[in-house]
Amino acid sequence: MTGTAPCAPYTLGDLAEGTPCCVPQPHLEIRDLSIAYGGQPVLAGVGLDIPRGCITALIGPSGCGKTSFLSALNRLTDLIPGCTVRGIVRLDGGDVFDAQVDTLALRRRIGMIFQRPNPFPLSIRRNLDMPLREHGVRRRDEREDRIEAALRGVGLWDEVRERLDAPALGLSGGQQQRLCIARALVLQPEILLMDEPCSALDPLASAVVEELILRLAGRHTIVIVTHNLAQARRIANYAAFFWMTEQVGKLVEFGQSRTLFDAPKHSLTAAYVSGRSG
Amino acid sequence: MRSAATRPAERLFTVAVWAAAGAVAAVFAWMLADLVAAGAARLSWSFLVDAPASAGRAGGIGPILVSTLLILAVAIAAALPLGLGTAVWLAEFARRGSRAARRVRLALDVLAGVPSIVFGLFGNALFSVWLGLGFSILSGGLTLACMVLPILIRSTEMGLAAVPEDWRRGAAALGLSRAAALWHVILPAAAPALSAGLMLGIGRAMAETAALIFTSGYVDRLPGSLMDSGRALAVHIYELSMNVTGGDANAYASALVLIALLLVINGLAALLAERWLGRRIVTS
Amino acid sequence: MISSANSSSSRSRVDAALRPALFALATASAALLALVLLFLAGESWPALAEGGWRRFLASDGWYPASGDFDLWPMAWATLAAATGALAIALPLGVGGAIFTRFYAPPPLAAAFRRLLGLLAGIPSVVFGLWGLTVLVPILARWQPPGTSLAAAILILALMVLPTVALTADSALAAVPPDWLAGAHALGLTRSATVLRVALPAARAGIAGGALLAAARALGETMAVLMVAGNVVQTPTGLFEPVRVLTANIALEMAYAAGTHRAALFASGLLLTALVALLAWSAARVGERTNA
Repeated sequence: MTGTAPCAPYTLGDLAEGTPCCVPQPHLEIRDLSIAYGGQPVLAGVGLDIPRGCITALIGPSGCGKTSFLSALNRLTDLIPGCTVRGIVRLDGGDVFDAQVDTLALRRRIGMIFQRPNPFPLSIRRNLDMPLREHGVRRRDEREDRIEAALRGVGLWDEVRERLDAPALGLSGGQQQRLCIARALVLQPEILLMDEPCSALDPLASAVVEELILRLAGRHTIVIVTHNLAQARRIANYAAFFWMTEQVGKLVEFGQSRTLFDAPKHSLTAAYVSGRSG
Repeated sequence: MRSAATRPAERLFTVAVWAAAGAVAAVFAWMLADLVAAGAARLSWSFLVDAPASAGRAGGIGPILVSTLLILAVAIAAALPLGLGTAVWLAEFARRGSRAARRVRLALDVLAGVPSIVFGLFGNALFSVWLGLGFSILSGGLTLACMVLPILIRSTEMGLAAVPEDWRRGAAALGLSRAAALWHVILPAAAPALSAGLMLGIGRAMAETAALIFTSGYVDRLPGSLMDSGRALAVHIYELSMNVTGGDANAYASALVLIALLLVINGLAALLAERWLGRRIVTS
Repeated sequence: MISSANSSSSRSRVDAALRPALFALATASAALLALVLLFLAGESWPALAEGGWRRFLASDGWYPASGDFDLWPMAWATLAAATGALAIALPLGVGGAIFTRFYAPPPLAAAFRRLLGLLAGIPSVVFGLWGLTVLVPILARWQPPGTSLAAAILILALMVLPTVALTADSALAAVPPDWLAGAHALGLTRSATVLRVALPAARAGIAGGALLAAARALGETMAVLMVAGNVVQTPTGLFEPVRVLTANIALEMAYAAGTHRAALFASGLLLTALVALLAWSAARVGERTNA
């Protein structure tokens, strides 16, 4: 199996059809990325390549800039007053921070899932239908097909098919988070950014979402922030360890997750993954 | 040693506090009882629909209700787009603490404090004279629009500010335009608060007299168009009690109708605000 | 290459247009204040230009026909009515708020608050109607003619009472419970807790409410117009009829022309300045308490 990542801890997506899965080939190239809020730097000099089709976990203590890093990738940082981002992020070779870039199109290609499930206060169907319509999918039957496919993709279809017009806020926390993932998937993004998607869920719901993330890898490149080291170890192909030095977040170590967890090169990483610090 | 509660000073204070509250309640009970006693006898279906007769001493308030509703409709039609746009700008687009936002808020605070009679002067000078609308429902409605604008903006802005940030980020992360996020998510989520603010504005406009006496005028006939003068219910009460001897009974009946309408509107506003609060608790 | 081929760019253009469009609406709303002031100033210009502001302060009285526009008697009447109303409403309103927060059983407190909310919504013209037909005859039996400064004070006090009571109530509610518990722990009596701890802690909020109430009393037209008697004279006793600035505008606008009309606008300008100052300081006081 040349080209796929070694040590992938799961069976890779659609290998049978010959589609590339987790391959050590950059989907996002990040060079010297620095983020500051109101002149106060929170993250400095981060450089790494996010490999295509893989799950890359961002780990490290709270407040070391992981969420800011994630938000810079789809330029959600644009919305934060006083936030300045410097450096280069290339998506398939194109500069994300270029002034000509249509951020709406960019965010369609790079979906995002948040820590707290945030379905809109609309019906289950409208939560998926509205973004599709806004992104120019005019034909009703096409939208319906894609909604069904997305809901099946997150394993929610059988649970909600009878009540698609019920309020999304009536779903349980785990269902809401899966609905949010479906809402991102319905736009067929290449990359999914996930900011601690399981941390607000109970253990059972968390396990369901974790399994879902594994199934999504391969077809989607996934970047996930998690504080759960066991989870990172279970699902990630690659891992990046962030640490805060002098109030500024820095990337300490990046590599295949098995290496990072079992044979870290940096002493800080070793201390963190063994639970001796952080 | 006597216990604290029985010390004379302590008892005096307790009595004073109860007396203050009792006095307030008693005076208002007295006033409401008078209103009901003097007004209820005249109330009937025909009072609501008939035209006033003999300068308002007899007959009903039919045309006056129509004028009142038309004036309100004009006021809301003019104030709503301006108020909504301003509130959305303040809540969603203006940088927090930016100089422009601070200036707009200050101007609105001052505007909210301008006495209604001064709005009457302004409306008369601008709408009736300068724009040549004369004494008309249009002049009165536009004057009231200026008056309720700050109320409308304040409550709309508060409603928008209470919409969870999660939804804005969620919409942005889906690549939705801000216009789409506003239209499909944020405004609907704030809708109960917006309608509560609207109700407050309508209530304030309906209770208004001073701003209308030289803008929409006194004519108590059924208006044929928005350019006709029309007498609002509050103006009718003023006219009957001050300028028509023997008009008190109908003035009281009209006052009762006005208060009933205001109660319904305030009740609706409270209900909407409560439902909106309730939903916020469920979602957060 | 990140821009995709669908309609995204047109949607971005909608967004780009939305901000300036909304900013234009916000500017228009703010400009309304400028427009109001501009029209007031423009309309009062004939009176101000001819004789200056002195004629409003140093004429022989208010005789519009002969060009005498002395505002002092009406300004004094306005201030007297508002001050008197506040003198009554402040203790009663604050007392009512103390009642709801510290003395009343919860259901009674809720009912009292609902009553105050109801009263805050009653139109001024209805207060005027009741004052004219109930209060004035009672006063007249005792101190004719009844329509007087006293009647205006009483009606205004009733009108602004809910404002005072409701703002004081929420200011008292915002006092940290720890402080009250601390006062209890020190063995302070209930009255001492209220007077020494709660009221001082809530004083900014109460002051803000009082300023708002003063602004409302100064700016009120109909209720005062209906009960005050409307004789232009400097008030010398509580039971003399007086005319306040707002009532003067309402009474004379119908027939005023030329310099007379301009003088009425000038008095409106003066009133606006006074009331806006009060409303502004009330907002400032409120801001300070929130911060």
